[in-house]
Amino acid sequence: MAAETSVPVDTSAAFVQGATSLIDWAVIAPVALPILGGALLLMVRHRTRLHGALAFGVLAAALAACLVLLWRVMGEGTQVMTMGRWLPPYGITFQADMLGAAFATAATFVTTAAAVFALRDIDATGRRYGFYPFLLLMIAGVNGAFLTGDIFNLYVWFEVFVISSFGLLILGSERRQIDGAVKYAVLNLIATTVFLITTGYLYGVFGTLNMADIARKAEGLRASGPLMTIATLYLLAFGMKAAAFPLNFWLPASYHTPRIVTSAMFGGLLTKVGVYALLRTFTTLFPVERAVLADAIAVVAVLTMLLGVLGALAQTDIRRTIGFVVISGIGTMLAGLAIGSPLALTGTVLYAIHSILIMTALYLVAGLMREAGGSFSLHELGGLYRSHPLLAAMMLALMLSAAGLPPLSGLWPKVVLVKAAIAGEAWWLTGAILVSSVLTTVVLGRVFALSFWRPEQVSASRPDTRRIDPVAGYGTVLALLVPALWIGLWPEPFLRIAETAAAGLADPASYIGSVFSAQGGS
Amino acid sequence: METALTGIVGLFYAVAIYLMLSKHIIRVLLGIAIFGNAVNLTIFTAGRVLREVPPIIAEGKTVLDAVTANPLPQALILTAIVISFSFFAFLLVLAYRAYQELGTDDTDEMRIAEPKGEGLPPLGY
Repeated sequence: MAAETSVPVDTSAAFVQGATSLIDWAVIAPVALPILGGALLLMVRHRTRLHGALAFGVLAAALAACLVLLWRVMGEGTQVMTMGRWLPPYGITFQADMLGAAFATAATFVTTAAAVFALRDIDATGRRYGFYPFLLLMIAGVNGAFLTGDIFNLYVWFEVFVISSFGLLILGSERRQIDGAVKYAVLNLIATTVFLITTGYLYGVFGTLNMADIARKAEGLRASGPLMTIATLYLLAFGMKAAAFPLNFWLPASYHTPRIVTSAMFGGLLTKVGVYALLRTFTTLFPVERAVLADAIAVVAVLTMLLGVLGALAQTDIRRTIGFVVISGIGTMLAGLAIGSPLALTGTVLYAIHSILIMTALYLVAGLMREAGGSFSLHELGGLYRSHPLLAAMMLALMLSAAGLPPLSGLWPKVVLVKAAIAGEAWWLTGAILVSSVLTTVVLGRVFALSFWRPEQVSASRPDTRRIDPVAGYGTVLALLVPALWIGLWPEPFLRIAETAAAGLADPASYIGSVFSAQGGS
Repeated sequence: METALTGIVGLFYAVAIYLMLSKHIIRVLLGIAIFGNAVNLTIFTAGRVLREVPPIIAEGKTVLDAVTANPLPQALILTAIVISFSFFAFLLVLAYRAYQELGTDDTDEMRIAEPKGEGLPPLGY
């Protein structure tokens, strides 16, 4: 190229100038490390002995990156990174605000615990078919969804974790699993496709996909554009992903079929991504539309809460019971979204973190009860209190926590939500939260009474009980209980995180400002 | 042009939703395939249909001279095609395996994971 013909171009208006400092990579590391780890594990897929240790190492590194990110977000506010040096709104933005960083940290933490649990739960065949690569790709997708600042990119991360979850769900190829996977796959595919349709409409109206840019332009387009339609379609798509009534039937059809560690990951993480997407779209992007839809969301929340827990009452398989308890918890989180005040959003965020920890732990304890008692059925379990007192203590603590009683994490999010509901004069939401808590106590109390206090059932043949591994079994559940106990006994740090996250949601200007202020983009 | 495309998109959605309401997995799968294509056309139409001028900045210029095609919807559609294709391939295999293992393609009869008449849990002890 001849130098004299070229026009001097000032690229500072469109490009990031200068290199990214090392610590800024923490924004992308929770996603990049698991993807690289998954690729690495595929290369050594025949050496199944290495998988557990490698996956644990990668997840521990990702967890460290999440903690660095969380610490940076607490200190300096929202962290932004732009792909390919293009300034927003042109490049794909990764944007870690308090909400995304806290959720990503909790998700990576439970995945690390699940990777250890899987050492015992997944045999060499399961590893050869790729349990650990799927696990790493799933957490990459989940973290990507929590951290991205671009709505089409959010869709891509949804697909990443959904496709990985298919692999995990059918691992083992039992008839039950294939049956459950058909329903899970078809309904989840429809949900993500509705998400994509809506994103297409949104692009047609806004001409941008950057979430901060959308939030900025929404005010001007509210009079002319069909924003209400877009918001309602997002409610449909994300409500389906979050397993909100009446779109929750894929969850009880499939979550009890795979290996228990897979159920634990699904119950802890996947529905929460739907809740996260609802929080993000309805507070940052469409706050006015949320206020219009608040009554509809409240009805959905109450029905999800109550019908979820009533469904749990009717189950004999403890995994299916927990699946319905997961659904009921989704209703509680939606109640906070329906009220919409900063206090209510604080409750929802804290409840989601609590739910990620506790639902995973509940499934894992169900797996340990199966190892100790030889069955998942309430008809056959019994006498575990005498033989496994530590397991009984864990189950009791988890039961109280899921029902919203001290000493673990369940109490405070519900206190905050009830307080917000009373302050918002939403009496029937208050009532529904309290009634569903009582019913959850009944449901899990019955599981506890029947499988622990009831004498051992003579009719039950237990061909395949086995000794619970002290590290991979008890150790992982205890590791999950530590932060839950921390939230229960000293909730201030977690409340502060949730408050900051909720304040960021309630004030979209800070989210927009974090993307556009520094660079002064167009 | 947009009006005609909108009509086609609507038709695609109607056919897809009709097929997905069927009890038979194979029809649901056909519906999903059409659904995916309907979405791609939606995004294409939403990006505005413009002349087939490549969006390339001429040498020595810093901005585009004229109205060109919008490249972003095409990038989005390519991503969506890749994803829906891999999804569809997985679903085809899954449906075939389900037919082999469960002996039916009628979703009403797929009750292995949720058996009918399970009975109540123990009411006391």
